[in-house]
Amino acid sequence: MNFIRVTKRDDLPVRMEVIIRLVAIVLSLIAAGIVILVFGVDPVRIFKSIIEGSLGTTLRIQQTVVKAVPLIITSLGIMVAFKMKFWNIGAEGQITMGALAATWVALFMSDSMPLFAKLLLMALASMVAGGLWAFIPAFFKAKMGTNETIFTLMMNYIAIKFVTYLQYGPWKDPNSNGFPKIAPFPENAILPSLFGVHIGWIIAIICAILIYLFMTHTKKGYEIAVVGESTETARYAGMDIGKIIIIAMFVSGGLCGLVGMIQASAIEKTLVSGIANGYGFTAIITAWLAKLNPVIIIVVCLAFSMLIQGGAYIQIAMNVPSAVSSIVQGIILFFIMGAEFFLQYKVGFRHNEAKEVA
Amino acid sequence: MKKVLAILLALVMVFAFAACGSTPAEDDGAADAAELTVGFIFIGAINDGGYTQAHYDGMKAMEDYFGGKVATKYLENVNDSDKQASLDAARNLIDQGCNVIVGCSYGFMDALDELANSGDYDDVKFLHFSGNKMNDKNFGNFFGAIEQPRYLSGMVAGSMTKSNKLGYVGAFPYTEVQIGINAFTLGAQSVNPDAEVKVVYINSWGDPEAEKAAAEQLLAEGCDIIAQHSDSTGPQLAAQDAGAYAIGYNYNNPVAADAYLTAPIWHHEKFLIPTIESILAGKWTPESYYGSMSEGYVDLAPMTDLVPADVQDKVNAVKEKMVSGEFEPFSGKIEYADGSILCEDGQTLDRGQIWAIDKLVKGAVGVN
Repeated sequence: MNFIRVTKRDDLPVRMEVIIRLVAIVLSLIAAGIVILVFGVDPVRIFKSIIEGSLGTTLRIQQTVVKAVPLIITSLGIMVAFKMKFWNIGAEGQITMGALAATWVALFMSDSMPLFAKLLLMALASMVAGGLWAFIPAFFKAKMGTNETIFTLMMNYIAIKFVTYLQYGPWKDPNSNGFPKIAPFPENAILPSLFGVHIGWIIAIICAILIYLFMTHTKKGYEIAVVGESTETARYAGMDIGKIIIIAMFVSGGLCGLVGMIQASAIEKTLVSGIANGYGFTAIITAWLAKLNPVIIIVVCLAFSMLIQGGAYIQIAMNVPSAVSSIVQGIILFFIMGAEFFLQYKVGFRHNEAKEVA
Repeated sequence: MKKVLAILLALVMVFAFAACGSTPAEDDGAADAAELTVGFIFIGAINDGGYTQAHYDGMKAMEDYFGGKVATKYLENVNDSDKQASLDAARNLIDQGCNVIVGCSYGFMDALDELANSGDYDDVKFLHFSGNKMNDKNFGNFFGAIEQPRYLSGMVAGSMTKSNKLGYVGAFPYTEVQIGINAFTLGAQSVNPDAEVKVVYINSWGDPEAEKAAAEQLLAEGCDIIAQHSDSTGPQLAAQDAGAYAIGYNYNNPVAADAYLTAPIWHHEKFLIPTIESILAGKWTPESYYGSMSEGYVDLAPMTDLVPADVQDKVNAVKEKMVSGEFEPFSGKIEYADGSILCEDGQTLDRGQIWAIDKLVKGAVGVN
C-alpha cells in the first residue's frame, strides 16, 4: 500500500462534508440494493418497508423507541468516557452489574414498599454498582497507568459470568422445574409506562439533558474535555488528572448501570445473564457516529433503532430471511462509518516522495 | 454545529430516497383473502435441519391443509433468552395482522404470557410450545409425549452399542430434558441392562458449536452412540466424524448418513390443524395439549438400514404397544440414580408425575 498516501484533514468545508455523507448514503443504498436483488426482492420496496415498519403506526414508533432507550443511555455513558479518550469497552459489564444490584433490591427488599420508593432505590443501587464496576479500571488507570481497553473488556466477562453463576446457582427460581432462571420481579419493582412505552424514554431524555449540561456548563465537564484533548495541558493547568478520570468513569459506569436497571425492570422483569444484550458494544458505534454529542446521540440511536425495527418488519412482511435485514443493516452502517474516514483523512496517491522512503 | 446539520441532512435524505423512489407497495393478497393469519416465532433458522425446521414444516403442512383460508407469517432466529426480542417479535407479527401467535421455544413463554394477560391483545390467541403457563381466555400451550419415541430410540442405542456407553448431548438440566434422558436410559436398559448414559449439558437449546464440542467430549470418553436433546445436527456430524452412530432429534434428517440410526420426531401439524380448525369455528378454548404417539404427534423416524432387522422388529413391537396404549415408558419399578424411587412396581406415572421429574434415573450421569 505504499503508493497510497493518507493524510489528516485540517478543515473541511461544510459543503464537502455534506457531499461525502450523501455519497456514502447513496452508495450504501446501491450496494444494499444489489444484495437484495440477488435475493430476488425489489430493493425499493425493502427500503420503503424499513421506513414504514419503523414509523408507520403508533405501535411501530413505540417499538422503535423501546429499542432506542437502552442505546441512548449507554451511548451517553460511553460518551463521557470517550470524551476523555478513556476507552470504556466495559459498558456490557456495567449494565450487567447495574441490573444485578437493581435485582437484589427488587427481589430481597420488602414487597410492600411503595412503587416509587422501590424504583428509586433500584435506580440508585444500579448506578452505584455500574459506577463501581467502572471505578475499578479507572482507579488502576489513574494510579498505575494500566490499559483501560483490556481492563474494561475483561470486567465484562466477570460480570456476565457472575450473573450466570447466580442464575444457575443461589438465585435460581425454585418454581422453574430446574430451568436456570431467576425469579420474576414483584409488581412494585416494575417500571410503569407512559404513551405505551415504559418511562425509560423519559429517563433517557433527562439523562441526555443532564449530560449535555454536565459536559458544557460545569467545571468537571470542561476538565474531562481538557484531559481528553491533552493530558499535558491538563497537568500544566494544575488539574488532578487521576481524580478526573475516576469521576468521569463513575458517571460513565453509573449511566450504564442505570440501563441495566431499566432493562431488568421494564423488559425482562427479572435478571438474566444476557441482560446487556450487546448494547454496550452497539453504543460505541452510535456514540462515535454522534461525534460524542449528547443531542445527536438521541438522533443516531433512533435512526439505528429504526433499522433494527424496520429489519424485523421486512422479515415478516416480505418473507425474506433474517439474514437479509442483517445484511442491509451492515451495509448501510459500513458506508456511513466509511464516510467518517474520508471526513477525517485525505487519500491521495504518492508520487516521488515514495521513493525517498524506499 | 455544522456536523449536526450534515447528519440531519443525511438522515432526511435516507427517508426521502426511500419514500420518493418507490412504487406503491403491492398488498399481500394472500393475507387479505385469508380468514385467519397465524404468526410463528422461531428460535432458529427455518432450514436448521432440526428443531426449527420441524416447526416450520408443521406450519407449512397446516397452511396447505387450509388452502388459502389461513395465511402464515413468521420470524426466524429470534433469541428466546432476550425478552425484548421475544416481545417485539410477537408485537410485530400482531401489528402485521396475525390473529394467532405460536411461540416455538420455551423461552418465549414469559413474553407471550405478558402479552396475553396485558388486556391489549384479548382478540389475539397465543399458543406456546413446551411451556407450562396458560390462562382461560387466550393463552394455551402444547407439547407431547416425546418420552415414548425417546424410549424407543434408547432401545435402538442399547441394542447397537458395543462399549455400553451412550452419549447424550442435553440442553439444560431442566425437567423436559431430564424426562427425555430418563426415557432414553430406560429404553436402552430394557434391551441391555449394562448400558450407561453419559450426559453433557450445553446450557443452551441450540448452539451447533457447543453441541458438537459436547458430542466430541462424549466420544472421547468412549461413547459409541450419540443421542441429543438440542436443536442442531452438530452432534450427529461429530458422531459421523468419529465413526460412531447418532440418534437425532426433532426432525428426520439423515444429514450424517453414515451415522444416523433414527430420531424421536415431532409432527406439529397434528396439533396445529385441529387447533386452527377450532379457532376458525370459534369454538377454541385454551388447553394444555399433550399429544402422544397414538395421535401421531410424536413418532420415531423410520430406522435406517444401519439398524439390523432383528433390532427393528424388537423396537417396532414395543412401538405398537405404545400406540395401542398397552405400554408406557414410565411404568414398573424405576429407581433414581440416588436410590430414591421414581415409580413403584405396577405403577404407571401420569403426566403430572412425569413432569415432576427432577433427577436422572439409575444408569444415567450428567455433567454441566
